[in-house]
Amino acid sequence: MSLERPRDRSQTVGVTDDGLDYDALADLLGDTVVSRETHRNAEAFVVRPDEVQDALFALRDEAGFDHCSNVTAQEYEDRFESIYHLKKYEDPTQEVSVVVPTSRENPVSQSAEPVYRTADWHEREAYDLVGIEYDDHPDLRRILLPETWQGHPMGLDYNQDKPQVVTLESHANPIADDHKEDGSDTMFLNIGPHHPATHGVLHVETVLSGEQVAHVDPDIGYLHRCEEQMAQNGKYRHEIMPYPDRWDYVSAGILNEWAYARTAEDLAGLDVPEYAQVIRTMSAEFCRIAAHMLALGTFALDVYGEFTATFMYTFRDREVVEDILEDLTGQRLMFNYMRLGGVAWDLPEPREDFFEKIRDFLDGLPEKLDEYHDLITSNEIFQLRCVDTGVLDAETAKQYGATGPVARASGVDYDLRRDDPYGYYDELDWDVITAEEGDNYARVLCRMQEVEQSARIIEQCVDLLEDWPEDDREIQSNVPRTLRPDEDAEIYRAVEGAKGELGIYIRSDGTDKPARFKIRSPCFSNLQTLPEMAEGEYIPDLIASLASLDIVLGEVDR
Amino acid sequence: MSSDSQLTNADAQTTQEARMGGGTDNRFNSKLREAFGSSPFVLTKFDSFMNWVRSSSMFMLQFGIACCSIEMMHTYAVKHDLDRFGAGVPRASPRQADVIIVPGTIVSKFGPRMKRVYDQMPEPKFVVSMGSCTISGGPFQQGYNVVKGAEEIIPVDIHVPGCPPRPEALVYGVAKLQERIGEGETAPVTVKPYELEEFGDLERDELVTKLADDIDEDTLVMRYNWNDSP
Ligand code: SF4
Repeated sequence: MSLERPRDRSQTVGVTDDGLDYDALADLLGDTVVSRETHRNAEAFVVRPDEVQDALFALRDEAGFDHCSNVTAQEYEDRFESIYHLKKYEDPTQEVSVVVPTSRENPVSQSAEPVYRTADWHEREAYDLVGIEYDDHPDLRRILLPETWQGHPMGLDYNQDKPQVVTLESHANPIADDHKEDGSDTMFLNIGPHHPATHGVLHVETVLSGEQVAHVDPDIGYLHRCEEQMAQNGKYRHEIMPYPDRWDYVSAGILNEWAYARTAEDLAGLDVPEYAQVIRTMSAEFCRIAAHMLALGTFALDVYGEFTATFMYTFRDREVVEDILEDLTGQRLMFNYMRLGGVAWDLPEPREDFFEKIRDFLDGLPEKLDEYHDLITSNEIFQLRCVDTGVLDAETAKQYGATGPVARASGVDYDLRRDDPYGYYDELDWDVITAEEGDNYARVLCRMQEVEQSARIIEQCVDLLEDWPEDDREIQSNVPRTLRPDEDAEIYRAVEGAKGELGIYIRSDGTDKPARFKIRSPCFSNLQTLPEMAEGEYIPDLIASLASLDIVLGEVDR
Repeated sequence: MSSDSQLTNADAQTTQEARMGGGTDNRFNSKLREAFGSSPFVLTKFDSFMNWVRSSSMFMLQFGIACCSIEMMHTYAVKHDLDRFGAGVPRASPRQADVIIVPGTIVSKFGPRMKRVYDQMPEPKFVVSMGSCTISGGPFQQGYNVVKGAEEIIPVDIHVPGCPPRPEALVYGVAKLQERIGEGETAPVTVKPYELEEFGDLERDELVTKLADDIDEDTLVMRYNWNDSP
């Protein structure tokens, strides 16, 4: 249940019984709206670049759009454009986009950061990769590429063959002066980019005042693999699907693939047979279990620093899940199993053996989870380290666009599987797990309970698949050989990945490749909350908070 | 050795018993021991001995970059258990490790950091490159930011292909590396086009001139010339 008092819906502008009344929203925005566009997912209002904040404040405060899920930036022949994708935590099917065009000669538009804190990083990324500048932005510098980088690679006239120079600077203490005054000395500490506790190549610039963390600045971009460019260079039908596996690579592959599948299917108007939907749902939940197991294992690793018991236990269970997924998809980690319009192939033969394997796993799971509770959550040391540390409250989580277990553990009752149903989820019986404390402990507990729910979903899917009539096992609908969505069709769609809302924006230009492919990664937004959780705490709590966010750098940097 | 076993020396039957004493736990009496008899010495060249030692106790740097590192973790964990092969002591600090497995995509921002980590490892040191990305840039080879293989920056001894390689493949690669170290072979140090250099030493082309005002002459930099890399 959500912590907040339910909003009085009649007060909210634009809400009707069956969705949104965009004309009412347009009236609300008044003169700031220059024109309107229709995207496949929602209506969009085109807004003047110097009135962005007015429009966004109105939409947030009067119309209840409290979730800025994504900011897309792109360059056209004649203009730059930023798109703010707005949703409601209460009901993510109520969406609206705010489009802000600026000229190519002088690409400046007003920053949305005062309205949504999450826009801070998103706009830095837009500046870094596309080259739009944001007026009044608190800290407009590159975020993914090195400071000395020349040019903006997602722009139209970028020359990729030019040499680049990258520096290896030692870091200065960014707030040294602030603290000298009151007599206390601060110390600057680099954590990462090569450090076992950063879960990959993350660099956390930390300023310590004594034992306490005075300032944290996550520095990302050490794994920026140009995923968006790769997708823009691939054809819709087959060439993009392998890449999602490599965003959240903690075996969450199928969940990511689903994000692309859902977006592209909605864009091109493809159906998915019911049988394939059930298989998708089942395999995606296996991925969620595998991802949460790894999160649990590495969390224990970071909190007790043990590479032995808990870590090995979680990996033991992951091996079983990987085995099942390997039987299904033929690969251990990079499944590449979904296809537009369905899945790659049917369940492995003999089906009985496959189902038995799954049933064995599911039967053993409650016992294993008890084991984990003995080993981890009921452990006194663990509780001392995690209860009441790294607290994130619901309002802050929303401001930063946090989703997934991170938001749910702070009492934000938001899960796209239920709130914006896709696949077979709305036919099945399961619960969304939430907690109210918002501390490190709650986040871990949430993940462990989500594993139980995933197991419930899988069980129901297996029952369905077992009884599915043989001549009705259609795994793919009829998909044209070459997909060419309508010119200038735009869409933003999201699914519930292991870490939260994983969304994709695609603009088509009528060819068989997307003109713009933008990935909204949950980890990117979740990581942004780290300073809120860690400042004022001790260093070990910073490490625990970072671990409890469960970030994957492949997805943060893309 | 207890005084009891001293007493039984007189009853010793074999040379081995004479040496070890009758009271010794027979777990220590291996076949090898029997073969050595009363003079348990092995004569070998010091170099061979050192190579054998090195290949049988490898300290691996805990170094994770991208997707491949998940399979690397599986390689260390239950089921595959790299430790069985004498190569499973994960060290968090490069100063205590002699093998670095590079599991993932190297991008421009990370390149200099990886070189620094490698430089901090004591000699002799060995590199296993894990996965297509580390070999060539893999699926991201065409990206604007991706270094086309770890070998552009540090010398590599063994390449393990795959995307990602299965844990079994990595075990095989490490075993091969051990074999080579045991034989005393090392990788030739390849030409490294992207050495860290001082900014002042770079050729004064358009880019360097442009950056000259922003960057200190003494700053260490790495230059990525995308055109000249394979
Ligand atoms: S080789 Fe494949 S699995 Fe390994 S890091 Fe590259 S993309 Fe990931």
